[in-house]
Amino acid sequence: MVDVLGSLFAIENGEFMDQVGTKPIDLERIRQVLDQVKDPEIPAVSVLEMGMIAGVESTPEKTVIRMTPTFAACPAIDLMKSNICEAMTAAGFKNVLVNIVFDPPWSTDRITQTGLAKLEAFGLAPPRRLDNREVDAGLLVDVPCPFCSSKNTTMESPFGSALCRSIHYCNDCLQTFEHIKPVG
Amino acid sequence: MKKTFASPDSVSGESRDALIDLIYRLADDDLILGHRNSVWTGLAPILEADIAMSSLAQDEIGQAVAYYRLLHDLGEPDPDTLAFTRSAQDYRCASLTLLDRGDWAFSTVRQYFYDVYKTHRLASLSDGTYAPLAQLARKVRGEQKYHMMHSRMWVSRLGDATDESRERMQRSVDTLYGHALGLFEPTPFEQIIADHGFCTTESGLFETWRDEVHSMLDHAGLTIPGDVTPKHGGRRGQHLPELQLLLDEMQQVYRLEPTAQW
Repeated sequence: MVDVLGSLFAIENGEFMDQVGTKPIDLERIRQVLDQVKDPEIPAVSVLEMGMIAGVESTPEKTVIRMTPTFAACPAIDLMKSNICEAMTAAGFKNVLVNIVFDPPWSTDRITQTGLAKLEAFGLAPPRRLDNREVDAGLLVDVPCPFCSSKNTTMESPFGSALCRSIHYCNDCLQTFEHIKPVG
Repeated sequence: MKKTFASPDSVSGESRDALIDLIYRLADDDLILGHRNSVWTGLAPILEADIAMSSLAQDEIGQAVAYYRLLHDLGEPDPDTLAFTRSAQDYRCASLTLLDRGDWAFSTVRQYFYDVYKTHRLASLSDGTYAPLAQLARKVRGEQKYHMMHSRMWVSRLGDATDESRERMQRSVDTLYGHALGLFEPTPFEQIIADHGFCTTESGLFETWRDEVHSMLDHAGLTIPGDVTPKHGGRRGQHLPELQLLLDEMQQVYRLEPTAQW
């Protein structure tokens, strides 16, 4: 799927990887635009920081963005698709198309370092890295509290106010908090 | 090494019919059980269970939509048309998914039976040869681990909590076991599905399900009913009257005004 105009590139782990010599300024512009599109359920982070952008193909005539959703049933998929189209079109890109893909499957390991820090500042405990380990209940115990950093916490429920969250309680600062649960 | 099918265009003839039937079963099970689970919102015994049940319903209905999209790519109608206009006999869900919610023990046992089935089904689909389905299954498989965690925890907790909880759980196991066996109802497409490597056979799936479920029920202090007749028919579109009642309610608004916008 290499484009003859030499403007195909991919983003992996939030980093732009110029495969065929695209002008750096275009990459930077696309990065800036996508970084303005926020996750509607967590407005502190962008779709780019959440690791939802699986790839971009851009020519002067057409731009195709591949988006890998955090959860197959995420109710914000259509909203994010139209927000991305709107932002890219406003920035001057033509015929913008967002395709939903499950390959690569989204995992919490795709969230960028900046994204993880912003989640914590937002009051959500960030997920532990999976590095291809299978998810089990052990990943939900002793989750550090995003308010006081204590590890003296208890998991209340593996399901929270959004599909991507679990509910925990901090036994030190006595706060209930939510955690982006590891998914791989 | 089996041949892989990269896109909808790469399957045709009887293998395409078999694949479509398989995806209808996956989608309809999730949609109907998701609808049943959604009625627990606001009614579950504790707040965390309420949120969990609502999340399970949201996942199941959303995953059903993702399967319906695969069907649409294979030439079937769009997801809304499939969910809201088909008659009961066009659905391919197993009877386990369409029964009314019952008490908390009933819904807990039903969810556990279904989640073990779904976990093993997804494992097989993830290794399957139809790429769009295998990719979706790999994604859902990661999410399904949380469903499994929830179901195991409740079965284990209620199996031997009090005499009443044990009695209610055992009654639900006795009632639901035959319906759970109906999940594995043989279909005319089974051999084609296995030969093409889309998914394993129903009997192969049943063996892994049975081993896991029996060991868990045993651990929870519950008895496995003997000599149960499987409740078949769902995979052929022959359903209990409960499904029509459910569809009457679920499809009511759409049928009144198909072009309505939210």
